[in-house]
Amino acid sequence: MSDWSRAVSASAKESAPPGTTSATRKAPEATTSGHRGLVLEEELLFEQGSPDLSGVDLPPVEAFADRLGSLERKAPIGLPGLSEPQVVRHFTRLSQKNYAIDCGLYPLGSCTMKYNPRANERVARLDGFAEIHPLQPAATIKGALQVIEDLAHWLEVLTGMPAIALSPGAGAHGELCGMMTIKAALESRGEERRRVLVAASAHGTNPASAATCGYEIEAVPSNEKGRLDLEELERRLGADVAALMLTNPNTCGLFEDEICEIAEALHRAGAFFYCDGANFNALLGRVRPGDLGIDCMHLNLHKTFSTPHGGGGPGSGPVALSAALAPFAPLPWLVHGEKGLCLREGRSPPAAQSIGRIKGFHGQFGTFVRALAYLMSLGADGLKGAAEDAVLNANYLRTRLEGTLSLSFPGMSMHEVLFDDRFLEGTGVSTLAFAKAMIDEGFHPMTVYFPLVVKGAMLIEPTETESKASLDAFVASLEALAQKARAGEAAFFHEAPRLAPRRRFDEVAAARHPVLRWRPKAAAENGG
Amino acid sequence: MRYAPLSESDRRLMLAAIGVPSIEALYAEVPQKARREGLLDLPLGLSEMEVERRLRALAAKNVSASSAPFFLGAGAYRHHLPAAVDSLIQRGEFLTSYTPYQPEIAQGTLQSLFEFQTFVALLTGMEVANASLYDGATACAEGVMMANRLTGRKKTILSGGLHPHYREVVETYGRFVGFAVEAKDPAPQKGEDLASLIDRDTASVVVQNPDFWGELSELSALARACRDKGALCLVVVNEILSLGLVRPPGEMGADIVAGEGQSLGNPLSFGGPHLGLFATRERFMRQMPGRLVGQSVDAEGRRGFVLTLSAREQHIRREKATSNICTNAGLCALAFTIHLALLGEKGLKALARLNHQKAVALSLRLSRLSGVRVLNRAFFNEFTLCLPAPAEGVVEALAQKGILGGVPASRLYPGRTELADLMIVAATETASEEDMRRLEEGLMEVLR
Repeated sequence: MSDWSRAVSASAKESAPPGTTSATRKAPEATTSGHRGLVLEEELLFEQGSPDLSGVDLPPVEAFADRLGSLERKAPIGLPGLSEPQVVRHFTRLSQKNYAIDCGLYPLGSCTMKYNPRANERVARLDGFAEIHPLQPAATIKGALQVIEDLAHWLEVLTGMPAIALSPGAGAHGELCGMMTIKAALESRGEERRRVLVAASAHGTNPASAATCGYEIEAVPSNEKGRLDLEELERRLGADVAALMLTNPNTCGLFEDEICEIAEALHRAGAFFYCDGANFNALLGRVRPGDLGIDCMHLNLHKTFSTPHGGGGPGSGPVALSAALAPFAPLPWLVHGEKGLCLREGRSPPAAQSIGRIKGFHGQFGTFVRALAYLMSLGADGLKGAAEDAVLNANYLRTRLEGTLSLSFPGMSMHEVLFDDRFLEGTGVSTLAFAKAMIDEGFHPMTVYFPLVVKGAMLIEPTETESKASLDAFVASLEALAQKARAGEAAFFHEAPRLAPRRRFDEVAAARHPVLRWRPKAAAENGG
Repeated sequence: MRYAPLSESDRRLMLAAIGVPSIEALYAEVPQKARREGLLDLPLGLSEMEVERRLRALAAKNVSASSAPFFLGAGAYRHHLPAAVDSLIQRGEFLTSYTPYQPEIAQGTLQSLFEFQTFVALLTGMEVANASLYDGATACAEGVMMANRLTGRKKTILSGGLHPHYREVVETYGRFVGFAVEAKDPAPQKGEDLASLIDRDTASVVVQNPDFWGELSELSALARACRDKGALCLVVVNEILSLGLVRPPGEMGADIVAGEGQSLGNPLSFGGPHLGLFATRERFMRQMPGRLVGQSVDAEGRRGFVLTLSAREQHIRREKATSNICTNAGLCALAFTIHLALLGEKGLKALARLNHQKAVALSLRLSRLSGVRVLNRAFFNEFTLCLPAPAEGVVEALAQKGILGGVPASRLYPGRTELADLMIVAATETASEEDMRRLEEGLMEVLR
């Protein structure tokens, strides 16, 4: 997760720097085809092919008496027609316009873009996992239930918490699930607490999830060390506070060193402690949230446990629950019955107090298989080693870059390191422009303008799957860019990126007159 | 560890550069009482071969749809996925990219999502669609909440034909988000009068087509009644392939369509990850949940695509966002887009017709069995049988014969004796003549 709010507004200002308009900029090398070497332009599917083509051969259907009532679709749908090679070429060309972790360093802070092992993909595609239906009879899905049981066990031991709710579809869904269990637990105590405190450095999903669950949100500021301000927290605690939502390590890349005191303060006030586990990668095998007094924490299988993010999902956001919250876990439950493992899909004991169902079927099973393959591959030793290398890589970048960029908070980093834009003061170069220049250097930019607790944030998370050579190359590029900024070459940054498949976009115009779909030419011209 | 690119000498050099003697020192700011020494009580790491061996053994304990005559549906459908779909989604540039925050280097994801949004709008007959949600059930709940925002009302009416999981998810959201849910009882084969239930508090009426029992309905009158009373008509479609043959919700006057897109491009995968579809009218666009991709031009005047209308979203609006959604189902949406691109207009219609033909043929075969009745008047690729015995036992007995025969209604409605004899049966293009024969004979033997 990352925050691009200011990036969007900043790009509006910068997309047309003084003296240049889009009309005056020219492509560096015009070609007849519009392609530039391996950067191949690609029309939309709807602009290609012919309606009588198809990339799928199907057997002919003999005439039969249909049973559609009078509900047959008569008008053309408007889909294109392409043969298989055309479709394969289309998506291959599109893929070549994407940066990806397979291409290089993807240092998005708080997103944990680590290598996605291919072995995980292979096992998830086994017929016995990919081709089973969620409502098959119990006797035919024993292996699937064992996968879920095994994954839950790994996650329980890693978090030191007694229960795992596996159904949430992604991290934000896990947050919502967690807030629902907290609300249910409070209701069962006969308490109606209205407020949820959220750390100022939290991901935007935290306040959004708590608000969706009906809570009023109040921010708790950070102290000068980049940690949650304990005094400010205590000042806000009271009989109407349901919970605190805090990320640990936080989004400044720092361990919340007063976390045990925070937990005690919350529990004294009768509130629950929600921890956003997006940054759990730093702590694998070294720190267990359950030992810190945390009541509820979601994990992102698509971050910490290496399942691919796929250009925006699918995610998977299991929630670890304390003993106080476990009875409220969502349906279905996996329980040990007389005939071995079985699914409990209704609100009967032991699931009588469950919040109910929050998603269809049984969660993101395909990601469970991948995450389990990853856990088995690394093991207790490899997981601890992964956390250590992630922290080592982040600290190495901190050390190498603190003389170049402006380090926001001193001290040891966890899995990520936060810089801000003070080093760009007086250069006329913004954080956004600096990030865009990194694209030309062949790197995906870091998370920018998040967290909100510093100005012009640049949050870098290398993860453990980067080599030293990769980090050194990244440092060399950032050093050269910083030098360029200080040398007064602001125009260079305003123009960046120059070498990517596309230059900067007019995002403000896109939002003012949204075009969310293709339409046939005539319809588009008629405004239809 | 095979995924670790740091060598021991790299680590030593890096620690020296940082100026600390050991990894331990990097954790100095973690309070002592928060640390764990030694290794957790978990197995040690395994080779790729060993991991694969163990997971294959677990997979082998399941009976897969490809190894048996298979007729389950009820919200998740088995279809043949062209090889090109899986090959293309495994390209690392798609598989291992993040949400497309930097459009200059994410046009592959963004253009394919723009194509996805267009496909969903065309299929549903709606004006605009988003870039996907987690699954059909959560898309349905998001649609209900959007209707609450648009109408300023706080009640939803759920048809008895809505998939029970969708109903349960909406009920959970209702309890915690704070809106009223009036869910009608399941009544297969009986019409239900939802229009008369709409009152001044009603924000939305949710109806599924084809419904949970496979039955197809004309919804125009209901949509009109909603409009007359200031409520929104939310139509759920959880077999998206049906829209290759059946009149789309948009043509019937739906205001919001929430759907499940798994059927195109995505395997059953024991129920997830699947693909939430969400479409609506253009004028409701700014109240939509989730990511939206819009067309734009870059500084050289070239067409391209960006994430847009972000001012609705959690990373900008925080607690005032239209929803808390961040991650969606990007790769599943890509698989859907590739599969539909391969089918095209001609292929989709042919595939939908083939599904319908198989289901009609199977319904005729099974309705000849003594004591077995098909409840449906109109259906697509799924229908409900009334058996002369409790369906749960029948399904289990069929499974013992190596036949995955259908979904007993009691699985989703435990304790409702009036539904105990009902079995929902789906027949897709994957059902062969031989499969159908085995189901027919199997049922005959089990019911004897």
